[in-house]
Amino acid sequence: MTSELIHRLQFAFTVTFHYLFPQLTMGLALLIVALKTVALKTGGEEWDRAARFWGRIFGINFILGVVTGIPMEFEFGTNWARFSRISGGVIGQPLAMEGVFSFFLESAFLGLFLYGEKRLSKKLHWFSAVMVWLGSWISGFFIIVTDAWMQHPVAYDLSTGGQFQVNSFWKLLLNPWGLLQYIHNMTGAVVTGSFVMAAVGAYYLLERRDLAYGRIFLKVGVIAGVISSIAIVFPTGDLHGRYVARHQPAAIAGMEGLFKTESGAGMVLIGQPNEETGQIDNPIVVNDVLSFLIYGTTRAEVKGLDQIPRDQWPTALPLLYYAYHIMAGLGTWFVLLMIAAALLLWRKRLYTAHWALWALLLSFPLPYIANTAGWMTAELGRQPWLIYGLMRTSEGYSNTVSAGNGLFTLLGFMGLYVLLGLLFTVLVYREISHGPASKARIAEAVHAD
Amino acid sequence: MMGFIWFWLVAIMIVGYVVLDGFDLGVGVLHLFLVRTEAERQATLRSIGPVWDGNEVWLLAGGGTLYFAFPPLYASAFSGFYLPLMIVLWLLVARGVCLELRNHLDVGVWRTLLDGLFGISSALLTVFYGAALANVIRGVPLQADGYFFLPLWTNWKPGASPGILDWYTVIGGLVALVALTLHGALWLVLKTSGELEERASQMVSPLWIVLVTLTVVSLVATIAVRPSTLNNYSAYPFTYIIPLGVVASLAAIRYWNRAQAAQPLKAFLASCFYLFFMLAGACWGLYPTLLPATTGEDRNITLSHALSGHHTLSVGLVWWTLGMLLAAAYIVFVYSRFKGKVDVSAEGR
Ligand code: HDD
Ligand code: HEM
Ligand code: HEM
Repeated sequence: MTSELIHRLQFAFTVTFHYLFPQLTMGLALLIVALKTVALKTGGEEWDRAARFWGRIFGINFILGVVTGIPMEFEFGTNWARFSRISGGVIGQPLAMEGVFSFFLESAFLGLFLYGEKRLSKKLHWFSAVMVWLGSWISGFFIIVTDAWMQHPVAYDLSTGGQFQVNSFWKLLLNPWGLLQYIHNMTGAVVTGSFVMAAVGAYYLLERRDLAYGRIFLKVGVIAGVISSIAIVFPTGDLHGRYVARHQPAAIAGMEGLFKTESGAGMVLIGQPNEETGQIDNPIVVNDVLSFLIYGTTRAEVKGLDQIPRDQWPTALPLLYYAYHIMAGLGTWFVLLMIAAALLLWRKRLYTAHWALWALLLSFPLPYIANTAGWMTAELGRQPWLIYGLMRTSEGYSNTVSAGNGLFTLLGFMGLYVLLGLLFTVLVYREISHGPASKARIAEAVHAD
Repeated sequence: MMGFIWFWLVAIMIVGYVVLDGFDLGVGVLHLFLVRTEAERQATLRSIGPVWDGNEVWLLAGGGTLYFAFPPLYASAFSGFYLPLMIVLWLLVARGVCLELRNHLDVGVWRTLLDGLFGISSALLTVFYGAALANVIRGVPLQADGYFFLPLWTNWKPGASPGILDWYTVIGGLVALVALTLHGALWLVLKTSGELEERASQMVSPLWIVLVTLTVVSLVATIAVRPSTLNNYSAYPFTYIIPLGVVASLAAIRYWNRAQAAQPLKAFLASCFYLFFMLAGACWGLYPTLLPATTGEDRNITLSHALSGHHTLSVGLVWWTLGMLLAAAYIVFVYSRFKGKVDVSAEGR
C-alpha cells in the first residue's frame, strides 16, 4: 500500500464516520427548536418532555460529533501537509472562522440547554435551543465553504512563494458552489433528523407505548420529512447537479456513467459501468432525460468521458457511479414514502396504518446512506484533483509520514471508532427504551445543574 | 507588524486553552484518587460538565488560527509530530466520551471503567502537552525543504536528531502534569464543598512544593538546552518581568491557600497567572522563531517565512476580533450562570 492511499483512506474513513453525527445534530437541532417553540406557545408539558427526550439523544450524538470532529481539524496538517502549506492562506480562513464563530457558540449554549433548564427561565431555555441550532448550522456553513473551495476554487491569487492567498473575503464565503452545496447538504441533514424522529414515533406506536409522544414525533417528523425530502431533490439537488455539470464535466460524466459525448443524452437508471469496454452493462436508460435535466432542452450535448483526457478521469469511476445512483435512488424513495405518510397524517389515518409505520421505522438508516453516498459522489467526482484543476491529490499528502506509520494510525482509528459506534448504539437504544416519560430520567434532567 | 500581531494572537489562544482546559484536565487527574463516594464524583464532574467542551474549543480555534496565519508552520509541525498528535487525538476522543457518557450508563462496572479511562487520559494529555511545548522550545530536525519527522524517542538526549521524548521534554511533561493538577485542585476548592473541598485543599501544598522545584529545574534546563532563549530578554531587560511574574504567582497561590484566611478564587486566579507567565515566557524566548531547527539555525521556521498573505491577515483581524468578543461574551454568560459551588446535597445518583 502506498503512503498516498493510506492517507486517503484514513481521511475518508474518519470524515465519513464524523459526518454520521453532525447530520443528525443539524437536523435534530431544528426539530428540537420546533418542539420547544410549541411548548413555549402552548405551555404543553408533553412537548417540553418530548424536547427533553430528544435533548438527551442530541447530547449523546453531539459528543460523538465533537470527539470525531477534533481529529478532522488536525488531519489537514498531519495527513495533507503539502496541501495545507499551499492552501492554508485560503481555506485556513473558513476553518478558523468555524472555530471562532460556531464552536464557541454551540458549546456554550449546549451546556446551558442540557444542564441549565432549572437555572434558566422558559424563554432563555428556548433561546439556548435556538442558539445551539444556529451554531450547528453556522458550523456546517464554514465547513462547506472550505470544501467548496476545493471543488471550485475562487477568489485566490498565487503568491510568489507558490501559495494560494485569498484576494476577496466575500467572494470566498459566497462561492456559488458553496451556497448550492450548503442548501442541499443542510436539507439532507433535515431529512436525517426527520426520518429518525418519525422512526422513533413509529416504534412507540407499534410497541403500543408512550402513545402521546409517538404521535408528536410522527407528526413533527413527517411534516419536516415531506418538506425536506422534496426539497432535497428539487430544487436543491437539481440546482447542484447543473452547477457540477458546468464546472466539473468529468465528475458528471462519471456519476452518470456517460462514456460517450451525446446530444440528447439519456439517463441511466440501472446498469454497471464497465471501464474496459467503455460502456454500461445491462442498461435501462431513459432517452434525452439527462440533457434535459442539465440544460433544459432534450437536444443539448453532454460531454462524455471520451472528451476528457484519461489522466483526468475520476480515479474510482464505478464507485462514483454507484454512489451517485444510490443517493438519487434513495431520494426518490424518500419523496414517495413521505408524501404517502403526509397524506395519511392529513387524513388522520397515519397512527393506525401499520404498513406505513413499519416503512417509516425501517427507513431510518437510509438517509445516513444517502448522505454518505452524496459525499462520496462529491469527493470521488473531484478526483484526481485535490483542489480542482490546481493541485492533484498525489501532490498534497504528507510525504514525510510513511505508509507504515499511516497504517498504524488508520488501524488505531478503526479500532477506536468501532468501540465508539457500539457505545453510541447501546446508549441511544437505552434512551429510546426508557422513553420520554421515564420518571427517573425526568428527575435527573430537571434537577441536574 | 502583522507577524507580531498574529504571533501574539495565536499565543493568546494557546494560553486561553491551557488556562481553561487546564483546570478540567487537572480535575480529571485528581478525581482518580480524591473522590470517595458517588455523590462526590457527581459533584466533581458537574463542576466541569457545562464548561469543558467550550474550554476545548480554544484548542480547535487556536489550531485553526495557526493554520490560517502560518500555513507552512502548521503543515510542517503537524506532519512532523504525526505520531504524538495522533495519540493526543485518541486521548481527546476517549476523554470526551468517557466524561460525557458515564452518566448515561447506570451500570456500576461501566461507570468505573469510564471514570478510570477519563482520569488516565487526562493525565496523559497533560504530559503530552508539556512535552509538546518542550519539543518546540528544544527544536526539531528540520530538513532543507522545511519538513521533518520525529519518532517517539531515540536516545533520550536533546541532540541534533532527538525524539519526541528525551530527558528535557520529559521534564516539560512533568511540569505540565503537576501544574495542571494543582490548577484543578484549586478549581475544586473553589467549586465544591465539605470533605471534598477539604481534601482538594490538602493536595495544594504538596503539589505546590513539587511545582516550585520543577519550575526551577525546567528554567535551568531550558537555558542549558537552548541558550538563545535568553536573547530577547537581554535585548529588552524589562521583559524580565515575565519570570518575576512566575515567581509572584507561585507565591500568591501559596498565600491565598493558607488554612487561616483562604481565598479560593484568588488562589485559582494566581494559578491562571502562573500558566500565563510560563507560556508567555516561552513564547517570548522563541520570538520571532516559530519552530527552531536542531539542524542549523538557517533552517529555523521564522515568522517571515511562515506568514500568510496580507489581505488574509488584515481581514482576519476584523473577524477574529469580532468573533472572540462574541466568544468572550458567551463564556462570561455561561460561567456566570454556573457560578458558585455545585450542589452535592442531591441524593447520590
Ligand atoms: C439525504 C441525503 C441526500 C439525498 C436524498 C440526495 N442528496 Fe445529493 N448530496 C447529499 C445528500 C443527498 C449530500 C450529502 O448533502 C451532498 C454531498 C456533498 C454535498 O454538499 O451534499 C450531496 C451532493 C450532491 C451532488 C454534488 C456532487 C458533486 O459535488 O460532485 C449532486 C449533483 C447531488 N447531490 C444531486 C442530488 C440529486 C439530483 C438528488 C435527488 C435525486 C440527490 N442529490 C439526493
Ligand atoms: C468540508 C468538508 C470536507 C473537506 C474539506 C474534505 C476534504 C477531503 C480531502 C482533503 C480528501 C483527501 C483527498 C482525496 O482523496 O480526495 C477527501 C477525501 C474524501 N472525503 Fe472529503 N472532505 C470533506 C467532507 C467530507 C465528508 C463529510 C465526507 C463523507 C461523509 C467526505 C468523504 C470523503 C471521501 C469518501 C474521500 C475519499 C476520496 C478518495 O479516496 O478518493 N468528505 N476529502
Ligand atoms: C474535514 C472536514 C471537517 C472538519 C475539519 C470538522 C471539524 C469539526 C470539529 C473540530 C468539531 C468539534 C467541534 C466542537 O468541539 O464543538 C466538529 C463538529 C461538528 N461538525 Fe465537523 N468537521 C468536518 C466535516 C463536517 C461536515 C461536512 C459538516 C456538515 C456539513 C460538519 C458539521 C459539524 C457540526 C454541526 C458539528 C457539531 C457537533 C456535532 O454535530 O456533533 N462537519 N467538526
